Amino acid sequence: MSGKSVDRSSFFEPERYEFSARPAYHFEPGRREFFRLFGTGIAVFCLLKDAAAEQESGGGRRAFDQRLPQEVSAWLHVAEDGTVTVYTGKVEVGQNARTSLTAAVAEELRVAPGVIRMVMGDTDLTPFDMGTFGSRTTPTMSPQLRKVSAAARDLLIDLAAQAWRLDRSQRERLVTANGRITDPETQRAVDYAELVKERKLAQAIPAEDPLTPAARWTVMGESLSKIDGRDFVTGKHRYTSDLNLPGMLYGKVLRPPSFGASLASLDSREAEAMPGVTVVRDGNFVGVAAPSVDMASRALVAVRAEWKSVPQPSGRELFDYLKKNAVEGPGERRSRHEVGSVERGLAQANQRLDETYTVAYIAHAPLESRAAVAGWQGGKLTVWTGTQRPFAVRSELAEAFRVPEDHVRVQVPDTGSAYGGKHTGEAAVEAARLARAARRPVKLVWTREEEFTWAYFRPAGVIEVRSGVGSDGTITAWEFHNYNSVAAGIGTPYDVPNQGIEFHPVESPLRQGSYRALAATANHFARESHMDGLAHLVKMDPLEFRFKSLKDERLRAVFEAASRRFGWGRPKTQAGQGFGIAGGFEKGGYVATCAEVRVDRATGEVRVARVVTAFDCGAVVNPDQLRNQIEGANVMGLGGALFEAIEFENGRILNGRFSRYRVPRFSDAPTIEVVLIDRKDQPSAGAGETPIVGLAPAVGNAIFDATGVRLRSLPMTPNGLKL
Amino acid sequence: MTRVTELQVNGAKRRIDAAAEASLLSVLRDQLDLTGSKYGCGEGQCGACTVLIDGSPRRSCITSVGAAANKQITTIEGLEQKGRLHAVQQAFLDAGAMQCGYCTSGMIVTAVALLRAYPDPTEQEIAHFMEGNICRCGTYLRIVAAIRQAASLMKEARR
Repeated sequence: MSGKSVDRSSFFEPERYEFSARPAYHFEPGRREFFRLFGTGIAVFCLLKDAAAEQESGGGRRAFDQRLPQEVSAWLHVAEDGTVTVYTGKVEVGQNARTSLTAAVAEELRVAPGVIRMVMGDTDLTPFDMGTFGSRTTPTMSPQLRKVSAAARDLLIDLAAQAWRLDRSQRERLVTANGRITDPETQRAVDYAELVKERKLAQAIPAEDPLTPAARWTVMGESLSKIDGRDFVTGKHRYTSDLNLPGMLYGKVLRPPSFGASLASLDSREAEAMPGVTVVRDGNFVGVAAPSVDMASRALVAVRAEWKSVPQPSGRELFDYLKKNAVEGPGERRSRHEVGSVERGLAQANQRLDETYTVAYIAHAPLESRAAVAGWQGGKLTVWTGTQRPFAVRSELAEAFRVPEDHVRVQVPDTGSAYGGKHTGEAAVEAARLARAARRPVKLVWTREEEFTWAYFRPAGVIEVRSGVGSDGTITAWEFHNYNSVAAGIGTPYDVPNQGIEFHPVESPLRQGSYRALAATANHFARESHMDGLAHLVKMDPLEFRFKSLKDERLRAVFEAASRRFGWGRPKTQAGQGFGIAGGFEKGGYVATCAEVRVDRATGEVRVARVVTAFDCGAVVNPDQLRNQIEGANVMGLGGALFEAIEFENGRILNGRFSRYRVPRFSDAPTIEVVLIDRKDQPSAGAGETPIVGLAPAVGNAIFDATGVRLRSLPMTPNGLKL
Repeated sequence: MTRVTELQVNGAKRRIDAAAEASLLSVLRDQLDLTGSKYGCGEGQCGACTVLIDGSPRRSCITSVGAAANKQITTIEGLEQKGRLHAVQQAFLDAGAMQCGYCTSGMIVTAVALLRAYPDPTEQEIAHFMEGNICRCGTYLRIVAAIRQAASLMKEARR
């Protein structure tokens, strides 16, 4: 049995958004089982484009056989009672995908949202999906579900037309609404439920563009409230950590004292003697399972382990470390974009600005920490866990236990947030290992300290920006280097003839991965702060300076909308007040944010008083939930902007709890005004991430406006502002 | 070791068997299957586990079950009466004052206590009272609006 140590290099993926980790442990093999399908009614499957071509050459639509092939991306089923069950591999983590996808189906199938049941993130029932990340649900899954819904509606109309013996032209007059087909000529009507009685029809369709244009939406485009909201306000919703199985035990894992430490010796005799306690040692993995959490905690305390530590980097040398340990030389992980000649551009410049920005590691700190419930039955493993990538976690489990993937089922209950921090299946692997040894289901809930320490962080980074500007405000050169914090949002939307933009990967001292908008926050912070600095160098208004080099019509529009609502350009009304603006685009979304800060010079306190964000993500799917995401992104962004930072020393996290790691609270929340630009002529883009990127630079620029001090490190004021 | 064998939860006597120093949260969740109260931090810093003990908001993760014995405990599950949501629950729903919902139970229970102390709170009073509750999704403004809404709903009901 080999405890495999984690390969740090695999934690770093500059171009791909998802964070993937090999399992930290590999265990003994198990045995195989099977998987099953559905019942009476009609079913429609959506095939991905590549598969669709093949499908069409085979004669277009065809009946479906027993297997759910890889190329199916989503499917739905209309049952005899009229219930519509939709299957998607996406998961709900608070971004309200369950609600927006329900609206998409309701829109095209012409049913009330209330009859739709959305089965999400279940590897036995839902089609394969890469994961819920990168703001992909709205631009990719929603159109696919709309297409299957439209095809299902078409099929139902066919059934009604057959029953009423209508020809093709008569069929055209049938009207569908609220789960019912009506013939306006004859006043005949039939419910979907009636039409599908005793039928077993299945159809596969290629993924094409959805049918109903945004201008004619009736369900989408409206503020549908959280579909199962009542379960949340009553406490009925079961998150992973709320699940209880008969005979279930509670697990705890013994953590090494520092990163990279290996187990030297273990004495678990006392713990093993406790009634009902199982102790597992497998390589570097040590864990216990017990009939109660209390018992598991006591058993863990009774385990005596010695660890062999190896020296690890510390936070105080972080930024030097990142610069010195950059992976130089050509490689696929390194990326450079070059236009014109930066040196020539700098030579032409009237003034130059050379700055270094830094960003700290921060923690996602989802309020629901990692949790899993795992059980083995006849060699098959079933795991419930909160993850953004159920299929990747299935692979992790299959690899860790050396069993085929179809012996593993991963189910994701709607989860207590993720923010990019739950791409991996650590708790799932650990719970499954304990369950196998104990021969009983095991629930494992990470403590807050474990979540802060053994999950992964948003990458820290160093960003160097060097630019030149003419006296008229024309930017002549733009050189931008990002060390480690990843390439998302690294480019500039401004018109600069000479550019050199480069991402430098680093072997990160801490385990790092995705985060809401990932490095776009860091890159926007550096770029938009630097732009503000350039505007001041040439004595131009920061907004006017941007407009001089900004051709993108949609980005201009959000800048205009935000500045208009904010009252950009109005004089200050009190001491310590400052105004800042910043913006950009990422993942199909255009954002501009204005911030007003108040700086108390005596105490050094910086308060963000007001934020205005204008956002364009194409046709708006759900205005109220979109506002909710934008407000939340601004509040979350405030933490990383002002005070969140992971402190670490020699492989230990020093502030891994809420009493030591400050997150935004009620009193930190500024007034937030949201301006939505609803572009019904544009496809809908995701919106959970991009609204976060404008906040930090807008606040930094406002602090500069208030004090004349340029803050170049995120967080900007962890201990207040020393003037 | 003293053991506690009974708790008064949501108006009913419930049999339990726990060491007096066990956390109230673990007993509610693991013995009584009242899982609406959440574990968020284990140090009373996030408010996800908030319950009312004799009407006062308490962090059940750092409250021993011994300290809660013989007192009236109200959890999120006890707020709905005969299928009718508490005004605060209804207001959270109406205001869309949640995203992932994990903090929601603790927020609602704390807000119920707040409105007992301040039937018509200002936004500052709300922020001050609720400061110990974390919503990592950042829906604070909506929660404040929901509490203001609940206050007016309850005021109307009293008329």
